[in-house]
Amino acid sequence: MAQERKAAIGGIYEWPKRVDPSVSSMQIKAASIKAALDDAGLSWADVDGLYDAGDGEGGGGGLGLAAYLGMNPTVIDTTQVGGSSYEFHAAHALRDIASGKCKVAVTSYGSKAATLRTPIGTGGPRGGGTWLSNMENMYGSTLISNYAMVAQRHMHQYGTTTEQLAEISIATRAHAMRNPEAVQAMTDLQFVGVREISVNDVLESRVLADPLHLLECCMISDGGGAAVFVSPEVAADLKKKPVWILGSGEATKYRENDGDITVSAGAQSAPIAFQQAGITPEDIDIAMIYDSFTITVAVMLEDLGFCKKGEAGQFIADGHLRWDRPGLTINTDGGGLSSNHPGMRGLFLLLESVRQLRGESTSQVENAKLAVAHGNGGLLGATHTGGTVILAAD
Amino acid sequence: MPNRPQPAFPEQDSEYFWEGCKKNELRYQKDSDGNVIFYPRAHSTITGDGNLSWHTSSGLGTVYTYSVVRQNRSPSFAELGAYSVAYIDLDEGFRMLSTIVGVDDPTTDIEIGMRVKVDFEQQDEGEYPVPVFRLVD
Repeated sequence: MAQERKAAIGGIYEWPKRVDPSVSSMQIKAASIKAALDDAGLSWADVDGLYDAGDGEGGGGGLGLAAYLGMNPTVIDTTQVGGSSYEFHAAHALRDIASGKCKVAVTSYGSKAATLRTPIGTGGPRGGGTWLSNMENMYGSTLISNYAMVAQRHMHQYGTTTEQLAEISIATRAHAMRNPEAVQAMTDLQFVGVREISVNDVLESRVLADPLHLLECCMISDGGGAAVFVSPEVAADLKKKPVWILGSGEATKYRENDGDITVSAGAQSAPIAFQQAGITPEDIDIAMIYDSFTITVAVMLEDLGFCKKGEAGQFIADGHLRWDRPGLTINTDGGGLSSNHPGMRGLFLLLESVRQLRGESTSQVENAKLAVAHGNGGLLGATHTGGTVILAAD
Repeated sequence: MPNRPQPAFPEQDSEYFWEGCKKNELRYQKDSDGNVIFYPRAHSTITGDGNLSWHTSSGLGTVYTYSVVRQNRSPSFAELGAYSVAYIDLDEGFRMLSTIVGVDDPTTDIEIGMRVKVDFEQQDEGEYPVPVFRLVD
């Protein structure tokens, strides 16, 4: 199938600070949109499409954000599917721009999870009195324990080990140490040891929910950013080269009687995205995979097609995930494990993909031409979404 | 006695399930084609059909997977110490989130594949006993 280039990411911005009591989430969103438009060489008045996941004080989404920004978009998409919302936004922007509904669209994110000390991973039951909460709240399952139950089953079914999963933490930390913003993040968040880490460091860190250790879990930070989606006509006249959105896929998965929880929604979304893009996983130079936890990456490497189901442990065990080694490289910004995780990390997967395909990453993979960004939203092993986006250099 | 969060009502899907817990019955549903439906709902998740029947499980099942929560900032669980959460595959063909109680050390005493049986755990506060599981044999 021939590659079609119908929409691109034309501008990006990542909020540089991970602990920032001086701003609101809404201010982060507005300032990030302005900076991303500047990055593209576009103006505030050019925006005719607004995508939002309902974050920010007030959480107004489609009703609140345009009013705060002072924009009058004619495409308003408030898809909120957890951390993968931004992959869904890219997918919808591709669709809306290709059909001529808008030409310059923005998505943004702002969060104060660190400043507000939001217990994202270890918080308790949320909201009683629904068909689902009435069946689950009494057991004290945390966000982490959902992912941990996937890891436990993966280890049981395929013999995956913590030593193997640790390679994901090690590679992302190595990348983070090359990214000044990630180093500052770990410093500001008072990480014990802002340095490269070993398998032993991971094994010796405390267990939060068996079998997941602290160094297998993402940080909780402030942060945010924005991306600008543009039509080919707009893309032709930008400050920087566009990064093309070649394909996308969306899916959701949930607890099912007899289901295999080692398989994520990504197994459904990824083939759709690769088919639309007209490429295969073998063609990919760089993968940005939502590293909420080590197990998330392991499952996604399988579901995206980089290795067979059950073989992620062996696939990653030789340490090739690092930027400077042959083989597939992931999360060159340092990922959620070591650069930022304000709650919904999907945006940063797009941003670092763009940096790689522009040649701007602090851990630049030589000649990176094709990237996949895969976001996972919600709770792996329980209700979650998968959003896959294939991106190409100009 | 433990003091787990209680189900909250009115909630039309799960009420009959919890009424069953008061009678030490673990209830599940089937649609008109015999498909097992769980969690409780008013429609078949296979066909969309609304004609469901209620059944009572033997309460016997197998540990599909589990974790041991070492940290939970929620007041209901902060004082518990390490406790298990698990998906249990009931013999009738439905999977439910629950916990395995009655083990000395949940970090070492639970394994995937172990056989378990439901127990209805009375709570300090609230009228609904909570279905939990204990190892059998």
